[in-house]
Amino acid sequence: MKEIVIEVVVKGIVVISLLMLAAAYMTFMERVVMARMQLRLGPNRVGPFGLFQPIADGIKLLTKESFQPDSIDVVTYWLAPAIALFTAFFAFALIPFGGTVTVFGQQVSLQIANVNAGVIFFLAFSSLAVYAVVLAGWSSNDRYSLLGGLRATAQMISYEIPMGLSLLTVVLSAGTLNFNEIVDAQRGHWFVWTHPISFIVYVITMFAETNRAPFDLPEAEQELTGGYNTEYGGLKFAIFFLGEYVNMLAVSSIAVTLFLGGYLGPWDIPVLWFVVKVFILIFFFMWVRATMPRFRYGQLLDFSWKVLLPVSIVNLVVTSWFVLVVK
Amino acid sequence: MKDTIHKVLSMINGLFIVLKYAFKQPITVRYPEVKRQTSSRFRGLHYLTKWDDGLERCVGCELCAIICPAQAIYVKPAQNDPDHPHSHGERYASDFQINMIRCIYCGYCEEACPTGAIVLSNEYELSTYTREEMIWTKDMLTEKYPGESGRDPKREI
Repeated sequence: MKEIVIEVVVKGIVVISLLMLAAAYMTFMERVVMARMQLRLGPNRVGPFGLFQPIADGIKLLTKESFQPDSIDVVTYWLAPAIALFTAFFAFALIPFGGTVTVFGQQVSLQIANVNAGVIFFLAFSSLAVYAVVLAGWSSNDRYSLLGGLRATAQMISYEIPMGLSLLTVVLSAGTLNFNEIVDAQRGHWFVWTHPISFIVYVITMFAETNRAPFDLPEAEQELTGGYNTEYGGLKFAIFFLGEYVNMLAVSSIAVTLFLGGYLGPWDIPVLWFVVKVFILIFFFMWVRATMPRFRYGQLLDFSWKVLLPVSIVNLVVTSWFVLVVK
Repeated sequence: MKDTIHKVLSMINGLFIVLKYAFKQPITVRYPEVKRQTSSRFRGLHYLTKWDDGLERCVGCELCAIICPAQAIYVKPAQNDPDHPHSHGERYASDFQINMIRCIYCGYCEEACPTGAIVLSNEYELSTYTREEMIWTKDMLTEKYPGESGRDPKREI
């Protein structure tokens, strides 16, 4: 018992610190990638090739004045960034980064918690993520924040449904809700080949769930001066920012696990293939952000309810017919 | 349906156009290390030029101060000492100041000058720490040697 607890705690600390580092360097990568696509250079002043830029940004945000606006709901105001980061981190408790490796003579599986109902857990916690945005928008007593929070509610709830339906098709053909077993079921072929429509729907909802361009209405800088995090500054803003990037990593990891064969790949290298696949998806996130303009609010909801929902329902019915009748 | 497919395809096409630009050379100039080549007619910092023989071209006529739309120029004329002339004319500018904060770099002073004394160079790095330092005085403006500004010191105007 004691050994299991120590193992889980160590794995958790390692994963969290690696995620923090990855999220910090994703901000750097995003700035460089987008700059290159816009014929700019991007940050290149701090350290070699600007590699210390995230550290400089972190120091800047840490040393900023900690302020809080007048007549706010203090508890929720301070709680909202924590919820954002917590829900983002939680998904990583479920994701298998690799098979089992031997560390100090012990068999260690590269997964924090092997939950039987992993997919359900993930969906539950990704719907909790909306609370961070809504509470931040509501508690900071500011019209821009409130508008951002309202937009986020409608958007995230609308896109949760096609997301769940597209994940259901994978669950149906794998016959399990356990992430590890879903990855094992992809030894023959990745699910992206058998469920291309589910994958496309999931990728679209992935952008909407993380509030990234072209679905970045809740934090539209031009219209809402930053949306729900308008009234947040310094470290509180940094937590929101980290939460967004960790969330990007989380949804990409889920996409990799469910559709792109997880940690499987040629040769048996534990974490490499997982990281490579997630990296490609993250690059896709940035590529799309550099290309696509923002949706209008009406278009956003129309697209979810009139296009994605029917498509994913038909997709689910066809998949269940294949699973039940053809197999 | 055909319309929708066309829209989706053009969206994907757009993605690849953006990706193509990622492999082009960025057009950013790394400013303090690399400086952009200014055009030959660029209007920057002023010079008070000299004749070939080392005498000042400025005869203290104050036409530049009169034409200046921003009233940035101050000229204090004085009589030339015939034994030790500063310029070829009767008078010369004993003091000449240009306030570089007021100056709008229009180049009218260069056009108005009857002797071609005041010219605008390609120098544009003029920042200072105080406002007082932004007033360029005569010894800062005058060429150190004839032709320093890049203009031919033998020219008539």
